[in-house]
Amino acid sequence: MSEVPAEARCVVIGAGIVGNCLVGHLAKLGWDDLVLLDKGPLPNPGGSTGHASNFIFPVDHSKEMCLLGAQSADQYRHLGLSVDSGGIEVARTPERMDEFQRRMTSATAWGIEARLLSPAEVGELVPYINTAVILGGFYCPTVSVVDSLETGTRMRRIASEAGCRVFANTEVRDITTRDGPLPGVRTVEAVVTDKGTIRAEYVVIACGVWSNRVANMADAYIPLVPAVHQMADVGPIDVLAATNNEIGYPIVRDMDTFCYERQSAGSMEVGSYAHRPILHHPDDIPSNDEAALSPTEMPFTPDDFDQQMEEAIELMDMLGDAEIRYAINGLLSLTPDAMPCLGEVPEVRNLWSAAAVWVKEGPGMAQAVAEWMTYGYPRVIDTHGADVARFYPEERSDTHIWARSAEHFNKTYGIVHPFEQWESRRDLQVSPYFSRQQALDAEFFQARTWERPQWFASNADLTERYGLQDREVEWDARWWSPITVGEHLNLRENCGLVDLSAFQIFELSGPGAVAYADRLAVNRIDVPTGRAVYTPWLTPDGGFRADLTMIRTGHETVRIVTGVFDGGRDEFWARRHMPTDGSVRFANITEQVTTLGLWGPNAPEVLSALSDHRWGDAPYGSLTPVSLRCGDRTIEAELLRISYVGDTGWEIYAAWDDGPRLWDALMATGADLGLRPTGGGVYGTSGRLEKGYRLMGAELESEYNPLEAGLARPRLKAADFIGKEAYAAARAAGPSEVQMCVLTVEDHSDRAGRKRYMQGGNEPILTADGKRITDSHGRVSRVTSAGPGPSVDRYLLMGYLPRELAGPGSELQVMYMNELFPVRVAGTGAVFDPEDRRLRG
Amino acid sequence: MRICCCVKRVPAPGARINVTADGQAVDVAHLGFAVSPHEECGVEAAVQLTEAHGGEVTVLTLGAPEAAEQLRYAASVGAHHGVLVPTDGSGWDPQRTALALTAAIRTLEEAGGPFDLLIFGNESADSGGFQVGIRVAVALGRPMVGGIKGIEIDGPTVRARRETDAGFEVYELPMPAAVGVKEGINLPRYPTMRGRLASKRLEVAELAGDALPGGQAMRRLHRPAEAASETVILGTGPGAAPSVVDVLADLGVL
Repeated sequence: MSEVPAEARCVVIGAGIVGNCLVGHLAKLGWDDLVLLDKGPLPNPGGSTGHASNFIFPVDHSKEMCLLGAQSADQYRHLGLSVDSGGIEVARTPERMDEFQRRMTSATAWGIEARLLSPAEVGELVPYINTAVILGGFYCPTVSVVDSLETGTRMRRIASEAGCRVFANTEVRDITTRDGPLPGVRTVEAVVTDKGTIRAEYVVIACGVWSNRVANMADAYIPLVPAVHQMADVGPIDVLAATNNEIGYPIVRDMDTFCYERQSAGSMEVGSYAHRPILHHPDDIPSNDEAALSPTEMPFTPDDFDQQMEEAIELMDMLGDAEIRYAINGLLSLTPDAMPCLGEVPEVRNLWSAAAVWVKEGPGMAQAVAEWMTYGYPRVIDTHGADVARFYPEERSDTHIWARSAEHFNKTYGIVHPFEQWESRRDLQVSPYFSRQQALDAEFFQARTWERPQWFASNADLTERYGLQDREVEWDARWWSPITVGEHLNLRENCGLVDLSAFQIFELSGPGAVAYADRLAVNRIDVPTGRAVYTPWLTPDGGFRADLTMIRTGHETVRIVTGVFDGGRDEFWARRHMPTDGSVRFANITEQVTTLGLWGPNAPEVLSALSDHRWGDAPYGSLTPVSLRCGDRTIEAELLRISYVGDTGWEIYAAWDDGPRLWDALMATGADLGLRPTGGGVYGTSGRLEKGYRLMGAELESEYNPLEAGLARPRLKAADFIGKEAYAAARAAGPSEVQMCVLTVEDHSDRAGRKRYMQGGNEPILTADGKRITDSHGRVSRVTSAGPGPSVDRYLLMGYLPRELAGPGSELQVMYMNELFPVRVAGTGAVFDPEDRRLRG
Repeated sequence: MRICCCVKRVPAPGARINVTADGQAVDVAHLGFAVSPHEECGVEAAVQLTEAHGGEVTVLTLGAPEAAEQLRYAASVGAHHGVLVPTDGSGWDPQRTALALTAAIRTLEEAGGPFDLLIFGNESADSGGFQVGIRVAVALGRPMVGGIKGIEIDGPTVRARRETDAGFEVYELPMPAAVGVKEGINLPRYPTMRGRLASKRLEVAELAGDALPGGQAMRRLHRPAEAASETVILGTGPGAAPSVVDVLADLGVL
């Protein structure tokens, strides 16, 4: 047996679909000094790839999952290792039929051929199905069945031809790291195997269900857990055998029983996501030797599968007399938020994760990681949702991983609302006002680990004051309340107090801090002390990497304020690019500083009552220290004249421990001035949308640049910054092809005469004659955000449009729940107070 | 026909069997469990006989409560009744096991009449004692042959066939009788989905039974060293031909 080399530029651990495709893609991008390891034999080392059902249903509501899945399906097709079997999701409930309308909408968005079928039409395609128990079907002719093992072999061969050395039956015992050169971050050093030690510049963990255990060797985390997916192969079945084909009939997903039936030559594979969540610790997975089949084909527990068998027989009677010839508790990877783990791990420089990836996304995600390693960020698509740096420390614990994975396992085929909240692991991080907000009957939405009030039931009287109604259709009304509109109108009329304590706040300090901040940011940070700068950070290719506020707080200090959904990723980015000469220090001061937003026409009066100063005339973007009288004490705070809701007022920063006193003082003082606690529904949606403010992860993704988003400043700053070259080239190329626009819904009525409200879940924007809109890069026009604009009496949408369709008044359509609604372009900016009179007070 | 088939719950074959650190038990952490393979063939033989000649199959096991799974498995492939003689799960020696099974069979026969045929596996997959069947048969005064790979019923006679180096031996046993069967007597069917679901309705009867330990005591388990093997890939395609020639030459074939 060959001994491993002493050195390699990059060691990839795991030769499943992901590791194989990763070395193949790295080789295509010019990497030659590669090593691929697996503890098992090739071509099937015993991981999840070996027992995968190997089918791809192309439609997903998530852009990231859908487009990386499509990319994967295309790669399988390109290798000739894919067959378009077609696939049908069948519904047994009216709710699922509604979900199919939503799936049709997503199919239109992503350009995937699909159609709805009556039960009889399902029966024509799948003659052995019991049409009496279904209400209809959602059919995709491009559902494909792939050969993942052979794909892995081919991609490994591509890498081998470029110089990649492959070692099977080689077990990783340790991953060593060394301190530096980045301050406070270790760097990967070597992979220790049972065949020797390989010093490596880069190490990638692509070993599926074992990934977290391997990451732990380097004191790092890849938050995933091995989970059981039960599958039984039953046969022989004559009608299937007669096709003389591996797959001759469309795959059926019995969505309401969370099961699938997939032909495999003369038998049927029946798989389930309906059984109780069965999670395993990686240490409990047998070795190749210890396993009767393979390590990830664990002994079948039939009691967990009985109900699924009954339902499968109900759907396809012939299955009842078929023999159960092979049945496993197959292991796959689940994460706390149902998204993969891609990218460099925050704990160790040059240690990467390509994990929690299923066969359906493997090649595309491998490509994304290979590009990320090569170019500094993926080119194929923005992977912010899958970025392993997204997790906060609380999300990396086994307790959290297990609880969340258990909760979402049964939602694999579930109908998941875009704003659906988790039931487990709540109240992990709360603001200083949490108990006060509970007393006000706040409806909390959790943003990663942070609880934030979305609205306050104590404000229910506002719905009467403003004559507000709930939404007509339950789906639209779920996770929404008309109270949020009341809070919005009250803020515009009087004022509102918004808890922003979930802001992630970092501080750069030291002699190089300002210069470093300028290197991160598109806009100039070397501004006078006390100025705040709203700025994007870009990828090396000039697309959005972050969108946040940077405040010059001192000669050698810069504060970074970013949103809670991006805090982990932004901290990672800020720490990863720091100079190594010690000239900059980084600190996360999130839990030292609480933030309250006080906005609305009465905000200056409320604030003035707590101080000796008459507030209201400070320039926009200025940070001012202030002493505020809070009961019997005076607390020191800072006022930042800024607003994400587009109204007069401030973000108030105070010491965390002073928060409750500040809240009480503001609420007491504001009571007579109409001050109401105001939730995230106003802050993140209605207030923001009326002003056309963009949101990272929605409007702002790495496929788009500041020109397209309408965030380009007139001049390019002189100082260098990440992505400058690409951004300068885009500026030089002239007007952007697409523009971010705000649209108004002109008629909400559906065919049944009900008022419908888009959710901002990638609903496609179509031309007046119903055609998809894409640009020369293949980017599709879709709704990136949606919500009410109560002060302009319109429902507002945002989305990128080609310049020729982006003019004000342009009449288009939006598909929602498979129906078309007329919309009109309002412009590229604010529809409320476009002159920013309120902001400037 | 009334047939009683005795089965044992054993670790599913295929996995490496580890023993606990103290050597007193099998480490079951990664193991699935199954009916011991010879006995799985015994169940199949019993079911086939009742399918051909009518009657019912009673499957009898002795073991921990989890052994009811194996009774259900037998029911899922056609057995009619399942009887468990519960133990605390510790390993019983063959003598003790046989005495307890004998008592259980007597109880079953008192209630339902004599069994025409008792079917045992030739030996269990785990402890491989080769004893229980013959001990039960002797205790009950039934004629018995082991190593059986074929069973025919001819009126009141069981014709049992076993392989020898020289060919076959055929025995004729007057019923009631007992046989120990070996893998190869048939190809056991897999349960169908309906069979599995029907087996959930099986009412597992429990018969208390115990006996004094016999003379055989387990001292310690150990796993024998595995013979290491290595596969050398000589190459692929025509380019591998010279290497193949070298190997054949080394073997003296050429």
